[in-house]
Amino acid sequence: METQSVINTQELTKIYSGRPAVDRLSFTVNEGEIFGFLGPNGAGKTTTLLMLLGLTEPTSGTAKVLGWDPTREPIKVKSKIGYLQENMGFYSDLDARQMLRFVAELNGFVGNEADERIEGALETVGLADEAAKKIGVYSRGMRQRLGIAELLIKDSQVAFLDEPTLGLDPDATNRMIELIQSLCRDKKITVLLSSHLLHQVQKICHRIGIMIKGRMVAQGPIDQLAKEKFGIGKEAYSLEEIYMKYFQEA
Amino acid sequence: MQRLKVIIRKELADHFSSYRFAIIFALIAMVSLITAYMVGLNIRKELEGVAKPQFIFLMLFTSTGAIFSLVQFVAFFGPLVGLILGFDTINRERNEGTLSKLLSQPIYRDTVINGKFLAGVVMITVMMVSIVSVITGLGLIVLGIVPGVEELLRIFIYLIISIIYISFWLGIAILFSILFRSTATSALAALAVWIFFSFFVSIGANILANALTPETELASADDIFWRAKVVKAFTLTSPMELYTDATATIIDPMRKSARSIVTMGPMESFSMSRFAGPLGLSQSILIVVPYIISLVAITIICFAVSYIVFMRQEIRSL
Repeated sequence: METQSVINTQELTKIYSGRPAVDRLSFTVNEGEIFGFLGPNGAGKTTTLLMLLGLTEPTSGTAKVLGWDPTREPIKVKSKIGYLQENMGFYSDLDARQMLRFVAELNGFVGNEADERIEGALETVGLADEAAKKIGVYSRGMRQRLGIAELLIKDSQVAFLDEPTLGLDPDATNRMIELIQSLCRDKKITVLLSSHLLHQVQKICHRIGIMIKGRMVAQGPIDQLAKEKFGIGKEAYSLEEIYMKYFQEA
Repeated sequence: MQRLKVIIRKELADHFSSYRFAIIFALIAMVSLITAYMVGLNIRKELEGVAKPQFIFLMLFTSTGAIFSLVQFVAFFGPLVGLILGFDTINRERNEGTLSKLLSQPIYRDTVINGKFLAGVVMITVMMVSIVSVITGLGLIVLGIVPGVEELLRIFIYLIISIIYISFWLGIAILFSILFRSTATSALAALAVWIFFSFFVSIGANILANALTPETELASADDIFWRAKVVKAFTLTSPMELYTDATATIIDPMRKSARSIVTMGPMESFSMSRFAGPLGLSQSILIVVPYIISLVAITIICFAVSYIVFMRQEIRSL
């Protein structure tokens, strides 16, 4: 299968007050895959996502998202990327429909087209029955699903999901994971997923990248990393073991 | 353009559904009713002995009545409205985590500030127009005064200058909301600036003038003249002073200069004492144009600083 790279960075570096937060990062995400972006807190994952969105300027190096440079053409990039941030903020005095309408209008969808998109997105994430409630009373799981609905409202080709399962109960986590898989499968959206839930990541991600202290220490399919690290076959490892191995070395 | 409209609409919806709007509405009702009432009490007294009164209608706005006139009230407390509307514009969104969401949509950063600023200007316009309309209406009904065309024009110009003036304070408030992370800090900082320029500058001007030209019993006319100039120059750093001067001859055609009596030239004071007739509209405008331009200029500067700071801020820290 011929795959095309959706995200491609070369030596991407971001220095905050003299200390590199992201250090000469080069990695590739292919079209249609779920890329697991792993690493301890403060490893520079969020900074990388912000640079790819054009919200933060890299100190050096280049990034290409869907063929565009996010620093030079942020509007084009932002219209095709859905970003679900960690600790998602919502206007709590709006209801779900109003919130989604606001996002739709900011993306240039108005009138009937916006209505259709809103209803479709609410249906997909399973919030149609509760769309009339104010977001202020939503549970954490509902908010995260609403965040996914926002990605569906715009023409997302790529979704950046920063800790989408953080602080969710097991049931909500499973729903979220299924939703992410369906994004990739049904909507053909490339997913860049950052998470600490290694079991889930192992289950759904096609490839992973491990980032430690601003550097990408490993990337590739999980089996390949397992072979590189342990020289063993498929049954004998879990992602957790691989991750800890890299983490201890770094 | 489309996206700017979306932001403005969202902001206006926020304004109209907030407590803030209730506060401002209460302010409008209070100010216009009190002003109209006080003017009603006093306007008769002020017109006594005036043979052929002109521009009575404008007196509704300038007559000081028992305590203050509308013009003075707007000069003092108009800034407060601008500050209330703007002090948490950016930092509230930042604290709630909605700012990075907003910025990850396909819009430019300046669209966000522009939209928020323009929505505030709309609110200010609504407020000023309602206050002036209420007073106009009461003037018509209670006092039976009908405005002439020139008076209406003058009121219109006055409205525009007032909107620019309050928008300047809105700009200051937005700037502070960008600079400070906490909404309480930005509110207090904005209040401090307001108090400084509204109250301390005039006190400071006198102190400065005293230091430069000590008051003696044998002060010559030149000294007094120079002293008055120092005070004037220093107080002009205050937007309130600029506003008062900018509206002076517009809303009060009997005044012929924005300057104080002491700094007037001999011809000016001569004409002031000899001819009690009002100044024509075009002449009034000519006198205040420099002040209006300064007012617009400081608003633009304040806005430009907001832009630069906001553009350079790292989203990481949002």
